[in-house]
Amino acid sequence: MFARLLTALGHSVVSFVVYVGDVVVLAGETISSAFAQKIRWRLFMQQIVEIGLLSQLVVVITGAFTGAVFAAQTYFQFNKLGMGSAVGAVVSVSICRELGPVLTALMVTGRVGASMSAEIGTMKVTEQIDALRALAVHPIDYLVVPRTLAMMVSMPLLVAEAVAIGIAAGYFVAIFLLEVNGTYYMANMVRWTQMRDIIMALTKAGCFALLIVFISCHKGLTSKEGAVGVGKATTEAVVNASLAVLIFNFFLTMGLNIIFPAGYQ
Amino acid sequence: MIEVRGLAKQLGRQEILRGVDLTVAKGETLVIIGRSGGGKSVLLKHLIGLMQPDAGEIWIEGENIIGLTERKLARIRRKVGILFQGGALFDSMTVEENIAFPLEEAGERDPEKVAEKVREMLDVIELEGQEKKMPVNLSGGMKKRVGLARSIIRRPSCVLYDEPTSGLDPVVSDSINRLIRRLQKRFGVTSIVVTHDMKSAFHLADHIAYLHEGRIYFYGTPQELEISTDPLIQDFMLGRSENGAPKSG
Repeated sequence: MFARLLTALGHSVVSFVVYVGDVVVLAGETISSAFAQKIRWRLFMQQIVEIGLLSQLVVVITGAFTGAVFAAQTYFQFNKLGMGSAVGAVVSVSICRELGPVLTALMVTGRVGASMSAEIGTMKVTEQIDALRALAVHPIDYLVVPRTLAMMVSMPLLVAEAVAIGIAAGYFVAIFLLEVNGTYYMANMVRWTQMRDIIMALTKAGCFALLIVFISCHKGLTSKEGAVGVGKATTEAVVNASLAVLIFNFFLTMGLNIIFPAGYQ
Repeated sequence: MIEVRGLAKQLGRQEILRGVDLTVAKGETLVIIGRSGGGKSVLLKHLIGLMQPDAGEIWIEGENIIGLTERKLARIRRKVGILFQGGALFDSMTVEENIAFPLEEAGERDPEKVAEKVREMLDVIELEGQEKKMPVNLSGGMKKRVGLARSIIRRPSCVLYDEPTSGLDPVVSDSINRLIRRLQKRFGVTSIVVTHDMKSAFHLADHIAYLHEGRIYFYGTPQELEISTDPLIQDFMLGRSENGAPKSG
């Protein structure tokens, strides 16, 4: 019984290591292709529209309501201590350093990661990827590189947008609904929010973009067994990318906090 | 032109190919017949490097393609076109975009030249006026025609056909067979056709190979196949199952 449990555990660990290795190999091949092979700018632009433009509504709503609710909750706690005007600083720094990048990444995973995995997976099971290969076109050059570049451009912009809208929504809620003094609110926010907070947000955005695109494309490229397989690959892509974003976020926070320490210096 | 030596492939626990030897001369048409699930499509995919064998060699125009990386295989694949069983058209592209795809990927940037070649191909496959349609709006036969146009637009020296008439009615099947014959005459390509449709086989073949239990069981001309008294071949040609043709695959 114990031996069987140990074998099952060992098998899971080996499978996980192989999976991570496969994703890393895909990342390596993609980076090498981006430098060594021709870039398909038309596909890149299509992906910019797909990832950047068509995610606008999702990102605006996520940023706005996160900022709004976070400002309200912070105010409810801080006001008891007479610190209502500190809400702006808390909202701004938190949204820059954590909420903006993480929530945007999770929303993009759900919308774009799922779509990438499903589209590439469908191409795989309908022999379209074999057709690409047979026509002397490398699937990584054609499918993964344009998506990776588009994600690298779109994600920082989407995160910056979510952060800006979140801060604006927080300001609106604090000033107009909760009647916090606007001058102090702004003064505290500007004083405590530093360039390093914005750099941290954008750095996280770039890292999350790579995680989402490689995990989603890998799941699509390795999907099998028809429609059921594509559905399974899509679900796994969303779950794995979301978990990877949350886990990496912790390590990124700890690492980046050494380079860009939080708080007024 | 193409030589296969001792090709072996196992998928899971099943031995699909057990040492296939074949030679296809330049300009000839070889038809590979055999029962469904017998490894014909697997063999075809090996010929263009879409699958890697467990053992054996494949020589195309004097070069062994086994062990070549995906990028090095691209050079070989420019010489070999393939028609997939379901057409494998890119479903996000129109008919003309599908046909033009290999040219654009090869670096042809002049839209006039691309459009002219696409028109020529549409004429060859008799689908003029359908260029704006999406693959989802095409019939099975039309998809195969478009797939064929896409695979030959760069004028490969060899074309592989995976079940070109499967799932089509007899009239459409005949039109596809005629189209393949016409392409052979017009462009002089070497062809390897995988099928279990005997009518197609006799219509197209210079030589026929019967793949059975992972090996080439018979190789000869259509006339030699027709007069063969081998019970296994007789059963296959007549579509008989009672005499107990051993199960393949």
